[in-house]
Amino acid sequence: MLEVRQLVKSFGALRATDGIDLAVREGETHAIIGPNGAGKTTFISQLAGNLRPDAGRIFFGGEDVTALSAPKRARKGLARSFQITSIYAEFTALDNVALAVQAHAGHSFRFWQPARREAALREPARGILDEVGLGGRATVHAANLSHGEQRQLEVAMALATRPRLLLLDEPMAGMGPEESQRMIEFLGRLKARHTMILVEHDMDAVFRLADRISVLVYGRLIATGEPESIRAHPEVRAAYLGTD
Amino acid sequence: MKRSAIFWVVVIVILAALPPAVSAIHQPFYIDLVRRIMILAIAAASLNLILGYGGLVSFGHAAYLGIGAYSVGILAFYGITNGYLQWLVAIGASALVALAIGAVSIRTSGIYFIMITLAFTQMLYYLGISLELFGGDDGMRLKARSQLGFVDLGDAVQFYYVCLALMLAVLYLVHRIVESRFGMVLRAAKSNESRSRAIGFSPYPYRLVAFVIAGAIGGLAGALYANHTNYITPGLMSWVQSGDLMFMVILGGIASTAGPMLGAFALLLFEELLKGYTEYWPVILGPLLVLSVIFFKRGLAGVLARSDA
Repeated sequence: MLEVRQLVKSFGALRATDGIDLAVREGETHAIIGPNGAGKTTFISQLAGNLRPDAGRIFFGGEDVTALSAPKRARKGLARSFQITSIYAEFTALDNVALAVQAHAGHSFRFWQPARREAALREPARGILDEVGLGGRATVHAANLSHGEQRQLEVAMALATRPRLLLLDEPMAGMGPEESQRMIEFLGRLKARHTMILVEHDMDAVFRLADRISVLVYGRLIATGEPESIRAHPEVRAAYLGTD
Repeated sequence: MKRSAIFWVVVIVILAALPPAVSAIHQPFYIDLVRRIMILAIAAASLNLILGYGGLVSFGHAAYLGIGAYSVGILAFYGITNGYLQWLVAIGASALVALAIGAVSIRTSGIYFIMITLAFTQMLYYLGISLELFGGDDGMRLKARSQLGFVDLGDAVQFYYVCLALMLAVLYLVHRIVESRFGMVLRAAKSNESRSRAIGFSPYPYRLVAFVIAGAIGGLAGALYANHTNYITPGLMSWVQSGDLMFMVILGGIASTAGPMLGAFALLLFEELLKGYTEYWPVILGPLLVLSVIFFKRGLAGVLARSDA
């Protein structure tokens, strides 16, 4: 599904991504963990096309997408959520999701019919809001949603693009324990139908959701494997789990 | 009836009743004044499409007023007075120039975008000055008003109603555009560009098309303006004029349907009022405008309709 070969990205002297190789299989939930500053978001940003790697290649569905822009990758089915909430604050929750639906419903050079009255955009958007548990908040401006709801909206927008691969950058960031629990349950249901790359600090979430885990430390993947083997991996324990 | 519907009925009734009313009190000057305001409201409405809804702070929108006006003036100079042809050329030429300017400037953002749009318009301004054949710095008299057949633009009242109809049409057109799929993409890219890119929108082509549409409508306003003043000068493309248009949009209320019209009326009526008292009117107008922006963040439209989203 997704294959990364010898990916390198430097910021000055800092090698934020230092020769990463990774293969994500169809249907799996692949977690990426690592201490702060390990380069997780930098890595995700290169997968999504927001950052250009200095070297290496990214293949998505067998196709080399290294040179494609973020919007082009999104249209091919790579959807990302952001660690720092990124939504259309002055639009309603439903507008936000409907825009994501619209982005994958052909070109938008249509100048006359009111988009907010198009059932083809609103109905799927409503369905997705229901799915993430925001059905009752559809008409609320995104800026007025609680932090947890905004995180849910973030995921809803990614889902609305009907992605083949979901890149979730710390979906639980800043959430309270209850909200986190609900998000974990939701992602658990999502996992059955979607291939996901999950960057997350919450170890509870990672070990409950992930089929495989990769550990990123100082821009390098030091281990990839099933949750049990990662838990037992000495280097991982030293680098990360020990200090958690 | 909804508040917005009542508002528009009131606006249309007042503007439609104005010519007979001011003729009755022997003040035909107001027909001229309001006609000028409505023409500039058309230009402001087109600027609002890109500035208000698109977040593209163009400091060079007067360029299209100028191109529209010169298109009419130059065609008339060579004896082509068919209004439909003239206006078509005015709109087409403005759209083409907007395409060229937009293609370059939309690749930049923020202060660079402002400066580039300003620079392009200054180039056109100096081009106007250097056109000796068409009056250079002094400008040129319009040889004949645009011939439209069923209406006579030489008749102040008929021309007034043409401007009123076109202003309402343009406000409605912009309203439809910003509510359409295209408009939603444009507004979304203003709201959060990286989010737009992440869900699969490339903002550039949408912004460019909006920029071209705005330029085309600006060109129409310019064609009307040439007929209004009967005289075309490069001053129409000066940065002061661009600034005035921006001010109308901001004062009226950014990203609102009626905002550009309200802003145009407020700015120009107030200017007219002050001119009656003192020749130093800009000294009073300037600070008042600053205060109005500070206190009415959403402009006059925001004051009128608080619930308008």
